[in-house]
Amino acid sequence: MINITVAFLMVSGLIFFTGGAVGILRFPDFYSRLHPAGKLDTGGFLLVMAGLALYTAQEITFDNVLTAAKILLIVIFVFITSPTATHAIVDAGVRGGLGHWTKS
Amino acid sequence: MDAWFLYIGMYLGLVMLLPLYRAIFGPTILDRLIGVNAIGSKTTALLIIVGLLYHRADMFIDIAMAYALLNFIAVLAASRYFQKKKGLGDEYS
Repeated sequence: MINITVAFLMVSGLIFFTGGAVGILRFPDFYSRLHPAGKLDTGGFLLVMAGLALYTAQEITFDNVLTAAKILLIVIFVFITSPTATHAIVDAGVRGGLGHWTKS
Repeated sequence: MDAWFLYIGMYLGLVMLLPLYRAIFGPTILDRLIGVNAIGSKTTALLIIVGLLYHRADMFIDIAMAYALLNFIAVLAASRYFQKKKGLGDEYS
């Protein structure tokens, strides 16, 4: 039962990662490419890491619970830092005077 | 379950090739930075899957944590540096 939950979470995360990668490849503009890079990577990272933490902590010992807690700490860290990095890239583009895409 | 994690890791490695195209052929410097950031966040997940394949997840988790920190610092420093670069807008046609 727990293996089915782990498989569902990780496949959902891989769908998110695939969408983010295709969006980075296909969008026409630098600013619109930041939209899949900022959102879908963070969401897919949460799902894949939740599946891995659930798989690690399925038998309760001290080492396994410590490893799962470290995985959740990485998820919290990425949820703070990934939107910050995306915002820093947008700020660099605006200050550098990069124009946005117009439908031509 | 080990073969399942192997297939997940192989697919994640294939997905990492798409932002690599953007990191190599991107029209501007900031496009390359987006590609590098996307590859880094996928590598953090891939490191823990490799750790589960070797049955040493408690050791690889620290490497993944250091990689997430390093990815954030690298993107922040590069974006702070390139915002003062002259001619960033000229490269974009």
